[in-house]
Amino acid sequence: MKIQILGTGCAKCNALTMATEKAAQSLGLQYELEKVTDLQRIMSFGVMTTPVLVVDGKVKVAGKVPSVPELKKLLA
Amino acid sequence: MSLDFQNHIRTTGPAQEPLGRRNPVCPTAVVASKPGWRKYLPWGLAGLAIWWLVYRSLAPFAAWFTYSLCGLAKGTHLGATVEFFVFESPKVLMLLTLVVFGVGIVRTFFTPERTRRILSGKRETTGNVLAALLGIVTPFCSCSAVPLFIGFVTTGVPLGVTFSFLVSSPMVNEVALVLLFGLFGWKVAAIYLGMGLAIAIVSGWIIGRLRMEKHVEDWVFQTQTGNAGQEAEPDWPARIRLGLDAVKDIVGRVWLYVLIGIGVGAGIHGYVPENFMASIMGKGAWWSVPLAVLIGVPMYSNAAGIIPIVQALLGKGAALGTVLAFMMSVIALSLPEAIILRKVLKPRLIATFFGVVALGILLVGYLFNLIM
Repeated sequence: MKIQILGTGCAKCNALTMATEKAAQSLGLQYELEKVTDLQRIMSFGVMTTPVLVVDGKVKVAGKVPSVPELKKLLA
Repeated sequence: MSLDFQNHIRTTGPAQEPLGRRNPVCPTAVVASKPGWRKYLPWGLAGLAIWWLVYRSLAPFAAWFTYSLCGLAKGTHLGATVEFFVFESPKVLMLLTLVVFGVGIVRTFFTPERTRRILSGKRETTGNVLAALLGIVTPFCSCSAVPLFIGFVTTGVPLGVTFSFLVSSPMVNEVALVLLFGLFGWKVAAIYLGMGLAIAIVSGWIIGRLRMEKHVEDWVFQTQTGNAGQEAEPDWPARIRLGLDAVKDIVGRVWLYVLIGIGVGAGIHGYVPENFMASIMGKGAWWSVPLAVLIGVPMYSNAAGIIPIVQALLGKGAALGTVLAFMMSVIALSLPEAIILRKVLKPRLIATFFGVVALGILLVGYLFNLIM
């Protein structure tokens, strides 16, 4: 599973990264996490708000940091 | 526009959510079953009625608390101070909770994507007005300013219209309006709303007229904006949950500033000479407005943080126009924002943007001091 976190490095992007890792680990997922900070790459996903959670190329959440239980549901 | 790096006003769902307390909800994950709003109407009305009853009894409660329970004598300075604080604090917090909840629900109808669709291809004048209005209701965290800017200008939203949105979004926000309404009355709040919108509309229009597209960094227009697909429309339980999230997030963050603001209003009256500020920031001092803007522009704070200062300045005889100009320049423009926007704007456009908005604020300040 490929997880990407899009964001230019604001506090919330880090919060989303941490929450996502926590959720993925507690699900026992095999995953590879990438932080995308390049603006042009971020824009290519068609989002306008950050941070963004992308799983296997699909935008799951944009512009907010869901709680860990919510993230688990999105990753499962 | 002030940048809330830690304080994301326009978004819901704080990062450190207590685990397992809420049902998982997110616009993309919501199933399409939509129980209508009618189911919630009785609950909403009942809640509103209770809210109103409590709100109405705050004044008698404050009087009873101060003079009967604490036994303070009527007419004394201490008595008046305590009564003011005991009345104003719950009043403003209740107003804030109600409005933030309402705005939180309204925002579930306006995603940035939808706003972009509305604004894309609009003629400039109409577009500026629409953008300023949408700036109030579109959920938008200022750390998203850059992706939002690119998303707008690459999909046919005119540059000036984009700026109208970027100005109105932080300046005209619900927390500022509630605090101004609660502490200084509806007239000040209405003036702030009207003037904030006017500045956003006019400065965006001017930037559009100046034809400054070439001062946007070249790579911006070459950016390929992908399509994320439509997010599913949230159903009513989700909207209500998002409204409650907004309350938890925003009220949870600003209540302390609100109490400090009211405390300043209640306390300082007696201990600093009345009209202490009048000579420096009163109507007579013509240079006070530009000075207030000059100090306010580089400063960075959200609306709640600035209210205690506003309260103290006004209470001590500073002129309303001067104080509003200060408040607008603090929350609408800031140095961190200029640095962030530098990624997409060339220095001349940033300078023009700040210059035009600051000039607008300056004029509003003078206008107020003249008519009030």
